[in-house]
Amino acid sequence: MNIHLNGKSIDLPGNVTTVSDLLDSYDIKKKISVVEHNKEIVPKGNYEQTTLADGDRIEIVHFVGGG
Amino acid sequence: MLTIGEKTFRSRLMLGTGKYPSFAVQKEAVAASETEILTFAVRRMDIFDKDEPNLLEELDLEKYSLLPNTAGAKTAEEAVRIARLARASGLCDMIKVEVIGCDKTLLPDPFETMKASVQLLEEGFTVLTYTSDDVVLAKRLEEAGIHAIMPGASPIGSGRGIINEMNLQFIIEQSEIPVIVDAGIGSPKDAAHAMELGADGVLLNTAVSGAEDPVKMAEAMKLAIQAGRLGYEAGRIEKKEYGIQSSPESGLVT
Repeated sequence: MNIHLNGKSIDLPGNVTTVSDLLDSYDIKKKISVVEHNKEIVPKGNYEQTTLADGDRIEIVHFVGGG
Repeated sequence: MLTIGEKTFRSRLMLGTGKYPSFAVQKEAVAASETEILTFAVRRMDIFDKDEPNLLEELDLEKYSLLPNTAGAKTAEEAVRIARLARASGLCDMIKVEVIGCDKTLLPDPFETMKASVQLLEEGFTVLTYTSDDVVLAKRLEEAGIHAIMPGASPIGSGRGIINEMNLQFIIEQSEIPVIVDAGIGSPKDAAHAMELGADGVLLNTAVSGAEDPVKMAEAMKLAIQAGRLGYEAGRIEKKEYGIQSSPESGLVT
């Protein structure tokens, strides 16, 4: 499955099928972040139910320094 | 005390978190400033570098209210998207609406700023809106229901201080919501100046993060804002044309 992750085209391994799997695969689940799935924010409690499909657009954002 | 929405703060200084020389210096500067409100931007995470440091993970989040901004947005739609992402963190419900309309001056787009502010109010955000020093726009935003107005002293990061004192004065006089002078503050003098005009607070970033000694400058800004506020509350003397002696004329030894 191929998705657009933070603007990059990524081929996901077969065992990554949900948002939860995706965060685990990059080892970033513990970080303070917010996930957008095809422009819809995914509530933190829904990561496991949110399944990924070919061509999905995922944004993972966080807070950085700014004024 | 400064009240914005439902929150009350002892400090009148809001500190930006961008462009510090290091995390260590930044943490010290934040502590020295005694700020209670820190601003942040929302950006893509570098997921390919899981060890990328993040300031939020280094801070005691009990001590600070987070004020994410919508910086990077050029349209109301983009600003609303960023604001929703920020709130979904579960860490904050305040948002600084910032919609830039000109890449060179970084001055805000008044139309998109208004549109974004109204939309975010409808969605229940505590809205602090960054604007130019436009007096009528400030009034219109207040009428729309925003929780604080943040007129710029001069363009973002320019360090030029207050370039239109008259407009800021008008905004402060007419506003019944807090006025936070944001952007363009270069030195403690500028911060004190804003506070002496009667501003309720000051938001600054580069003036501290870009100073030779950010920690010392953070403390200087804290003191300047306190001094300016006290001076405003104390009520300054009127300006006069000529000198007036402060020592008595009577009883002079002759």
